[in-house]
Amino acid sequence: MNQNNGMSVIVKTVTRLLAGFILLYGIHIVLHGHISPGGGFAGGFIIALSYILFMLAFGKEEILKRVPQPMISLLESLGALMFLAIAVFGFFGGYFFANWLPKGIPFKLFSAGTIPISNVALALLEVSLGLFGIFLVLVLLKFAPLNEEKTKKK
Amino acid sequence: MIEINLLLIFIIIAAIVAVEVKDLLSSVVAVGVAGFGLVISFLTLKAPDLAITQLVVEILCLIILIRATIKVDLPFSTSGRWLINTLVSIAFIAVFLSYGYKALLSLPVFGSPLMKTSDFYLSETLKSVHATNIVSAINLNFRAYDTLGEATVLFAAAIGVMSIMRRKGRLTNKNKDNESE
Repeated sequence: MNQNNGMSVIVKTVTRLLAGFILLYGIHIVLHGHISPGGGFAGGFIIALSYILFMLAFGKEEILKRVPQPMISLLESLGALMFLAIAVFGFFGGYFFANWLPKGIPFKLFSAGTIPISNVALALLEVSLGLFGIFLVLVLLKFAPLNEEKTKKK
Repeated sequence: MIEINLLLIFIIIAAIVAVEVKDLLSSVVAVGVAGFGLVISFLTLKAPDLAITQLVVEILCLIILIRATIKVDLPFSTSGRWLINTLVSIAFIAVFLSYGYKALLSLPVFGSPLMKTSDFYLSETLKSVHATNIVSAINLNFRAYDTLGEATVLFAAAIGVMSIMRRKGRLTNKNKDNESE
């Protein structure tokens, strides 16, 4: 079987069923980071792993079509800037990184002030880092033949 | 305590196998085994946050390393100035171990609760932050500067590697070289 077309039909079918649930589980871990174990770091990597599972099953071209590289850069910058913005907006509460949002009731989803937003920002950073790892591997593996093709065309 | 010691011995054996084995793919698998041993030792030390993060990062690293090594079998360079290299590494290990022994003597006994700063977190987190996950509250509220530095390091590393490994710039440079020649 051609490598670019991914794995067999069984793997593709199971992946089509499972990838969405893994993505949902990652989002759940990110959003409940202040209630249950987990948080932005772990949840972001789980979201990235769902995309990696998709890539392993369906091949490289499919994932490059759905998640182009400029989008990864955008996500990463958005995550870092969002975290910094949360820190700077802390000046509304008096000092850098002040937790000035209303705290809410413990064990509720919307509680603990700025912590859920920070989790989302960190998750964006981690998703882009994890996805960026794939592209690093793609570039590492694809670089040599790509150059040869270009020189042959000339 | 005994299971922690067993897990540590397991991790050390896996690390030695990872260094000593000749095949690169087997070495990657041995590194993964060491990482999963670390996951279980985090679980036995009752740190589920760390265990989840370590597990996920371990899977990601394993996938990337296997994808990178499945085609390329890099040769190890063992020739060269082995005498100087061995002497330098033995001296470094000796210095490291002696300083580590002195540092370990002044630490509290492993597993004994040290309630100087952590007592504050345990009593104040639910009252002042209203977060039930204390680890998350410490990371993102009490010690957010640490997390900001961590995020900055990750961001800088990703930007650096992205700018070095990008495909477009290299190709245009090569084309320019070809044209000038």
